[in-house]
This record gives sequence, structure tokens and C-alpha cells, in this order.
Amino acid sequence: MESIEPKAVGKAGDLIVQVKELVVGFGEKIILDHLNLDVRRGEILGFIGPSGGGKSVLTRAILGLVPVRSGEISVFGRDLAGANDAEKQAIERHFGVLFQQGALFSALTVRQNIQVPMREYMGISQGLMDELAMLKLELVGLPRDAADKYPSELSGGMIKRAALARALALDPDILFLDEPTSGLDPISAGEFDELIMTLQRTLGLTVFMVTHDLDSLYTACDRVAALGSGKIIAEGPISQLLTSNDPWLHTYFHGKRARAVAEARPAKVSV
Amino acid sequence: MQSEIGFSRDTFDGHASLVLKGAWTASSATALEQQALELEKSDGKAVHIDLGQIGALDTAGAWLIDRARARLVAKGAAATIINASEAQKILLEEAKYRSFDTGPQAIEWPVVNFFVDVGATVVGAGRDLYGGVEFLGRFMVTLGVLVRHPKQFRFTSLVAQIERIAFGSVPIITLINFLVGCIVAQQGIYQLQKFGAAPFSVDLIGILVLRELAVLLTSIMIAGRSGSAITAELGSMKMREEIDALQVMGLDPTAVLIVPRILALIISLPILTFLADMAALFGGLLTAWVYGDIGPEVFLDRLQQAIALNTFMVGLIKAPFMALVIGLNACVEGLAVGGSAESLGQQVTASVVKSIFAVIVVDGLFAMYFVAIHY
Repeated sequence: MESIEPKAVGKAGDLIVQVKELVVGFGEKIILDHLNLDVRRGEILGFIGPSGGGKSVLTRAILGLVPVRSGEISVFGRDLAGANDAEKQAIERHFGVLFQQGALFSALTVRQNIQVPMREYMGISQGLMDELAMLKLELVGLPRDAADKYPSELSGGMIKRAALARALALDPDILFLDEPTSGLDPISAGEFDELIMTLQRTLGLTVFMVTHDLDSLYTACDRVAALGSGKIIAEGPISQLLTSNDPWLHTYFHGKRARAVAEARPAKVSV
Repeated sequence: MQSEIGFSRDTFDGHASLVLKGAWTASSATALEQQALELEKSDGKAVHIDLGQIGALDTAGAWLIDRARARLVAKGAAATIINASEAQKILLEEAKYRSFDTGPQAIEWPVVNFFVDVGATVVGAGRDLYGGVEFLGRFMVTLGVLVRHPKQFRFTSLVAQIERIAFGSVPIITLINFLVGCIVAQQGIYQLQKFGAAPFSVDLIGILVLRELAVLLTSIMIAGRSGSAITAELGSMKMREEIDALQVMGLDPTAVLIVPRILALIISLPILTFLADMAALFGGLLTAWVYGDIGPEVFLDRLQQAIALNTFMVGLIKAPFMALVIGLNACVEGLAVGGSAESLGQQVTASVVKSIFAVIVVDGLFAMYFVAIHY
């Protein structure tokens, strides 16, 4: 098997995830209808859409958690449907996922949570695992004494950070975030956006972020894709989406709540 | 595209130059750790770690390289990292080596731990008893309130619980009691035959089943089947703040959730015990007939002489108390569930174990009591 070494070959701007003509449905209901989406290396892609519109379904389809009816999902240029189990595992090793509720294992401490993927995949000494776990912990801005706490002893914001540290355990290339700032106070949410941007810069991460947080869209995202009736209805830098004629997008970006944010924040300038 | 992790070492006049090659990433972590330990073995007054030819770097690689550098410095060498690109410099800065030592671990004494465990268990048992009595009080007070305000009583919930606890358990409880009746009859006949006293096995079956076995087996079965369900249900409601939601709506969780469940148990268990009595006697009758050649008429005749109403009542009187003990235990444990999935599992286990233990203790107390009053 050819080893997958995306970091060695990747250049900024390459397509890291390509979704082509994807159809996903449950029973009679079609959730994603011939959807196309590209994620480029090194960008933060914000993904928006109405509640219940299939944002999470797309994320889960890319992660291989829901069955796909037709269409193609390729990651690092490899079709996931055609990959065997070992290849899929090798690809998934380069994914980091932050679930909406954190999904930390409640029976394990934060340190043990971070070490679960390390223990499974890295084959390194316990001492180094401890060091790397603490490193990730500090990277996401958690205090050291959080390491030996159980998830039930942490606040909502700390759970998100701990879950992010676990998502970063294997130094992934692409990070999936499902509503990372929901349930956080505006200060924590702002810090979280900063954190994601710092990580993107320092680790060269690609970030796929499902979010409804307008502040995150303005400050953190390089590009935004909007989902509507099972397709991508608009895609591009936020400035481009602001001028869209789609009624849903118009309400989204020019509604009462959005206007206040828009006045306060200039859109992020992509590098 | 894959390049082996490694480095070349040039030592010249006390200056070592280490040129790193390959992708120093978490993908090949095992090799990475070994190579980093090799890096540390360099001697020389000045060591240059050269990243100019490195394939790729991530936090794991950066950490190990900087750790090697820091350890070389600690050995007295002037170690520096050279030729790092801008991105790599940021990475190295983020993953700068620092010690995470938390100081020496506290020494553990097994003997002390043993006494600590014993103490904790005793205190825990005391707290359980206290909590159980407190909860019984709360239950009785709520019951009193409901008697005064019958409109607040959840009759639908009570019926639903009775359906789940009593109706749902009928098949399994009649089956196990039927089988136990058969077994007791078979053993009774087999052992008593040696003394020519086989017909007395009917006395044995009648008294043993009615006084003890039926009610005990039923209670243990209900503790496992319904007690665990109640604990799990209340526990997951607690975890998801549903009980808090009831409280803030001005509804008393004890009245809404707990009273219907415990009352349903108290009503169901005597009914089930009666069914268990009948099933076990029927099993005994069949076995006596087939195995011991004691016909049904003889069996019933002897049974009538052997038992009186009080034999039957002894078993039945115990049933509601068993139900109360099981119900209180299940509810206390359910409400003690914390935030984690693990704690739910622990409390369900505790609920079943404590309920069965309590049922047997109560049975023993009743045995002494009935002897004392010659019942």
C-alpha cells in the first residue's frame, strides 16, 4: 500500500476534499441532492445552511459515518468509496473531528482522552505520549491541572477545548468542526476563533467548520459555502456571499442580527 | 514520495552538524521517537540541528527536535536549530520544550489503603442507610400530600408502570417458579423416599414455596428486571436535566416520577407472588405425579392438611415490603447518577445488588418476626 503523506506533498490551494454529485438520503427523503463542494488545503471553510438542512449529514458523509447513495467523495485525491479498509483508516488518521457536544469519553480523564488516538496509532512510549498530550492541552489553551479532570468536571468551553486537543492528537491535516462556538459565551467564542486561526497558521491545518456564528464567519473563515435544498447555493469569500440574491442568504446576512455584526466587523482578507 | 526519517551527523573539531531528512511527522511516530533519542547522543561543544533538508514537520516532530535540543543544552553543548523555514519556526515556538513534571508522586501504602477502603465502605453503608431512610420519609410525606390532594396523583403513570412491572413480568416469573417447584418436588421426593416418607414432600413443597421461595424468587427477579429499569430511567433523566426541568416547572419529581413507580411495585409484587405460588405448586404437583407417583387428588388432599391460610399469607404479607425496599433502592440510586455514562452503569449495578441484598435481609427479619409471634 502506498503510504499517504499529505504533508510532504501538499501545497496551499490544492484540493484536499472533493465532493462530486453527492446524493445522501434516508428512506424516501433526499437530504443531499447532487452536491458539489471543494475544500482547499490551508483554508478555513465555513459551512452554513438552515437547521435540519443537511450540514451535519455532509460532514458525516465525508467522515464515512452515513451511507452514500451515489456520487464521489475524494480526500487527498483518493476516492473513499473505492478505498479498502486499510486505506480508509490511513486517510482517517489525517482527520481531526470536533463533535458538537465534544464527545469526550466520560470514563476517561482529559489526558487519557487525548491519548486514545495516540495509543491506537502512534506506537510511542508512555512518557512521550504524556508530553505530547500536555503539549496539545497547552496548544488549545487549557491549564495543566485540567489534564487529570474528568469531562463531567469541565465547563462547556473547556470541554470544547479538550475535545479540540483530542482532535489534534495525531496532528491531522484537516479538522472538522461541528458548531465549535455554539454554547460558548461571546468572549470564549472569540477566543476559540482566534485559536482556530492560530492553529491553521502554525500547523497548516485545513478547517471545515459548520457554524451559525456570524462572528466566526466574518473573522475566521476564508471562504463560506451555503447549503440550500440539498445543494450548495453559494460558495466564495464572505464578501461575495453578502451580495447574493438568494432570499435565504439575504436574510441570513442582512437580517437584524447580521447587520449588527456586519457593521462591527470587516470581513477577513484571505491570504 | 515517502522518505525515510533520519539524519546525518558530521563531527568536525568539536562541532556537530545534524542534517535532518524525511518527514518528521506523527505518521511515523515510532521511528520519530527513536531518531530523536539518537539526536541526543551527539557530542561536541556546539551542535547544529539543520532543518534545511527536512521533508515535513508537525507538532510531534517539532516537540521531539526541540526536546533533543534542550537535552543537549542540559548536557552542556551549545545546541541550536538552524535553517528552519518561517512556518517551522512558528511550529518550534508553539512546541517549545518545557518540562511537564508535576513533582514526585505521593507514596502509596497498601496497608493504609486497605484501611481507607474499609472505612470508606463502612461510611458509605451508613450513608446509604441514612439516605434510604430520608428518602422513605420524603416518599411518605409526598404520599400524604397526594392523599389530601388526590387530583395531583398521576393515575395514568401508575397504570403504565403496573403494566410494565406486573404484566410484563408474568411469563418469566411463572416460568421460573414453575421450574423451581418442579425441582423442589423432585429433590424432596428423592431424598425423603430413603426414609419411606415420600408423601411428606407435599408438605415440604407447600410450606417452602408459599412461605419463602415464591416471594423471594419474585422479589429477586423484579429487583433485576424492574429495579434496574427504574434506576436507568431516572438516572438518564437526571443526566439530561429532565428532573431539574420538572422541578422548575413547579412539579415535584417525587410525586411525578417516584410515587407512581414505588406504588406500582407495591401493587404488582403481591400479584406476581400469588402467580408465583400457583405456578410453583403446579410444578410440584406435576412432578409429584410423574416422578413420585403421587396423584393430583392425593397431592391436593395432603396439601390441604399441610398448609393453612397463614402459610399462604406469610409469603404474601412480605411482598409489599420487598417492593418498597426494591423501589426505594432503585430510586435512590437512580437519582445519585452523576454526569458520566460510567456512573449510570455503576448506579444500575449498585441498585440491583443492594436491592437483592436488602430483600434477603428483610426476609430474614420477617422469618424471626413470624417465629416470635407464632404465625
